[in-house]
Amino acid sequence: MSGEFVPAIGLELHVQLKTVSKMFCGCSTAYGMEPNTQVCPVCLGYPGAMPVMNGEAIRLTVLTGLVIGSRIGSFSKFDRKSYFYPDMPKNYQISQYDQPLCIGGGVEIGTGVKSRTIGVTRIHLEEDVGKNMHFRNQSGVDFNRAGVPLMEIVSEPVLASPEEAYDYLLALKQILQYADVSDCNLEEGNVRCDVNCSLRPEGQTELGTKTEIKNMNTFKGVFHALKYEIGRQVEVLDGGGRVVQETRRWDPDAGVTQPMRAKEDAHDYRYFPEPDLAPVLLSAGQVQEWSRGLPELPRAKRERFVKQYGIPDYDAGVLVADRHVADYYENAARCAPDAKAVSNWMMTEMLRLLAERGTDISRVPVTPGALGMLVRLAGDGTINSNTAKEVFAEMFEKGGDPVEIVKRRGLTQITDSGALEGFVDQVLRENPGPVAEVRSGKTVTVKYLIGQVMKLSKGKADPRAVSELIEAKIKRGA
Amino acid sequence: MPGSAADMTMCTALDLLQAGKLSSRDLVRGLLDRIRNSDCLTGAYVDIDEADALRQADAADAARASGARGRLLGMPIAVKDVINVEGQSCRCGSRILEGYVSPYDATAIARLRSEGAIFVGRTNMDEFAMGSSTENSALKVTRNPVNPEYVPGGSSGGSAAAVGGGEAIAALGTDTGGSIRQPAAFCGCVGLKPTYGRVSRYGLTAFASSLDQIGPITRDVRDAAKLLEVIAGLDSMDSTTADRPVPVYTDLLRDTLTGVRLGLPREYFVKGMQPEVEKAVRSAVDVCRGLGAEVVDVSLPHTEYAIATYYIIATAEASANLARFDGVRYGLRVPGAKDPVEMYGTTRAAGFGPEVKRRIILGTYVLSSGYYDAYYVCAQKVRTLIRQDFDEAFRQCDALLAPVTPTAAYRIGERIGDPLVMYLGDILTAPVNLAGICAMSVPCGKTGQGLPVGLQILGPEFGESAILRVGYAYESARIA
Repeated sequence: MSGEFVPAIGLELHVQLKTVSKMFCGCSTAYGMEPNTQVCPVCLGYPGAMPVMNGEAIRLTVLTGLVIGSRIGSFSKFDRKSYFYPDMPKNYQISQYDQPLCIGGGVEIGTGVKSRTIGVTRIHLEEDVGKNMHFRNQSGVDFNRAGVPLMEIVSEPVLASPEEAYDYLLALKQILQYADVSDCNLEEGNVRCDVNCSLRPEGQTELGTKTEIKNMNTFKGVFHALKYEIGRQVEVLDGGGRVVQETRRWDPDAGVTQPMRAKEDAHDYRYFPEPDLAPVLLSAGQVQEWSRGLPELPRAKRERFVKQYGIPDYDAGVLVADRHVADYYENAARCAPDAKAVSNWMMTEMLRLLAERGTDISRVPVTPGALGMLVRLAGDGTINSNTAKEVFAEMFEKGGDPVEIVKRRGLTQITDSGALEGFVDQVLRENPGPVAEVRSGKTVTVKYLIGQVMKLSKGKADPRAVSELIEAKIKRGA
Repeated sequence: MPGSAADMTMCTALDLLQAGKLSSRDLVRGLLDRIRNSDCLTGAYVDIDEADALRQADAADAARASGARGRLLGMPIAVKDVINVEGQSCRCGSRILEGYVSPYDATAIARLRSEGAIFVGRTNMDEFAMGSSTENSALKVTRNPVNPEYVPGGSSGGSAAAVGGGEAIAALGTDTGGSIRQPAAFCGCVGLKPTYGRVSRYGLTAFASSLDQIGPITRDVRDAAKLLEVIAGLDSMDSTTADRPVPVYTDLLRDTLTGVRLGLPREYFVKGMQPEVEKAVRSAVDVCRGLGAEVVDVSLPHTEYAIATYYIIATAEASANLARFDGVRYGLRVPGAKDPVEMYGTTRAAGFGPEVKRRIILGTYVLSSGYYDAYYVCAQKVRTLIRQDFDEAFRQCDALLAPVTPTAAYRIGERIGDPLVMYLGDILTAPVNLAGICAMSVPCGKTGQGLPVGLQILGPEFGESAILRVGYAYESARIA
């Protein structure tokens, strides 16, 4: 990228809220059902049908605003946004124009000295539209999605690079999942993003002409589209041309953005206040009550983990990245004597296996209590660390109680010195060569002898005790 | 009894039904006979299902025999074609809803149904309730039952013609700028436009959402009170309904007007008013005075801006409300389009009549960027002033008396060529919708040609009890 230009990127994130029913009717929001099975006169825009506000959608939007520090308007209203499109049942969308639920706020990205806050202009609430489907000779519309509450989070155009845009999206997703306002399931289309991007010469404050890339549904896509688009605009400007204000579409296969429509034939949405809905009046008391339900946010949780559990900042960061992982960790830590050891288990075995299987923590049969108990068993010497890994592997597949597993498989570590001495004596007796090597100073061979004892004990011996015993016996024999 | 039952008031017929002196089947059969004989003349109905009506009547009779006691058990109610009744058509006087069958009951219908009412047929109207003469119906011509050369008024012209012509005992209409009161006045019926939010709009195909209300068109004031007390009240499906108890209006009707203060709005006795209309209304005022009412002069200074304001707000809302008629999900779709935009164009061009198109274009214009502030925002401000006029007037009196229209019914075809003249006919009714208050039309005499004249009784928000009391006392005195 040319160094002479500075990008200004703004994102509009559309997030489906986690409500049981749609925004203006009682239809279910469940994903993946047969087309047009979750519809009614209201969400199909039948003659005479009227919207009734879903209070939960308001609460979740306000909660999001509180989390990112927005000002919550005491008066907010809904407006009709008019345009014709087959996926839009009424040919107007109930949205919010000039008095959204949340104004201002910010999302922190990056860590330490590199951290900075990305300003949010507003958060408003609107209804989702249906989905056009095209077949060989005809088209159809599935209206199951029509009327699902959609929250739009509009950032200031202050993101300076595709990397920042990506970080912002991840941070926002993390916040939304923490606040439990959305599943943020990108595969199910819970999150969609409109991107606008402009370039300006370094040192200039006034923004350049922007283009908008509509309907992105992956964060990686946003990243790559921005990479391409910035490159394209640099090329245009370097060539002495001017960027045309237009809407573009990202073609992920070709890896390019292409023009969709120019601003000239932009819609006049003819917004006016929705007469079928009363304005939303939020009392300070109501907002305060909702704010009591606010979750601890990732940053605060990370700091607390470091302080409370004595784990490294990096580990805490990994654990809080996903709210469910963080919650799991805390629950497990509560059941174990050593929170740091639990963290090590999470960081290594658990996250490794999760990544390998491509699954998430909510689907794993190991309960936090079981992991806590496993850490306890390993910590108090009941089992050695290799055995513990074996037990964990079994629990990861089938669940179960580690105490039971250890008992059933007879994995209890042999700490009884009489029994251990028997194994050690046998090994020393049967391996005169290696024993001589150790005597002659080749101490590495001790490891071989330990291995032999472990084998003999079927892995149940405490390797440290075995090592001490071998060394003592060889020394004594010398 | 059958034969004349069709001419009874609803309350009388209900008493007979309850006493077992009349069956719902005979009542409905009598009405169907009447419709068969005279509907070719009035053209009040656009849709009648005789077999279904009789089936409903039989079910009501059977229910009564087994002890059921709904407040309207077995009573046929005619329904304006704009209100959804499950399983029936709902064409709104338009071609664009051809083939549409309502999948649900409007709340007002559900409430009538749960009290045992029967839905016999659907009455004609100006397309999407846009008009004042029912001449804008795409389906048929409706004539005034008093004189078939005259319009029945509109937009609820079919409901008023049916009730006035003995083809219905009672009917539902809708009123956005006078569409219940004006046809009721033209056809010699009682018509009540409830306070905005008194009756649920759920299931009423919207014309102008902030102005529309469903209300009764009946033979007398008691019937209007009776129907209103069934259909009114809070509805979880319409968030603009008011959370206020519904009085038993029929218990509040009185013969005298002692202690009642009535106002005469100066601006409602307009220049160019038909002298016979003014005379009939002024003599009605005298009757009220004779019943003990105190009559005072009041002023509603912003009345002259009401029509302009009304036609901005109503058309703006209509332009969005009617956008859903696009050929995608129901109703008419003109085949052969190569893309959705062409389909919208051909379908809407063929489906909507000229008045509807005119109002959609007007409404689209006033909401367009660059014009929004000058028209829509300004109209909203004037609307507030008009509301304040009424607030001030109702500080001085309990109800207002005025004409419903400047003239009695006019001839079919007389005004249809001049929309502006037609719009100006709403001057005395539209302010009520803009203010969200209630008003009723009660017959108060006839012109020399025998055409009915209506007395308009206007009340404050949720002042239905007051206007029904005034209307009932006046009606009783006039008939006595």
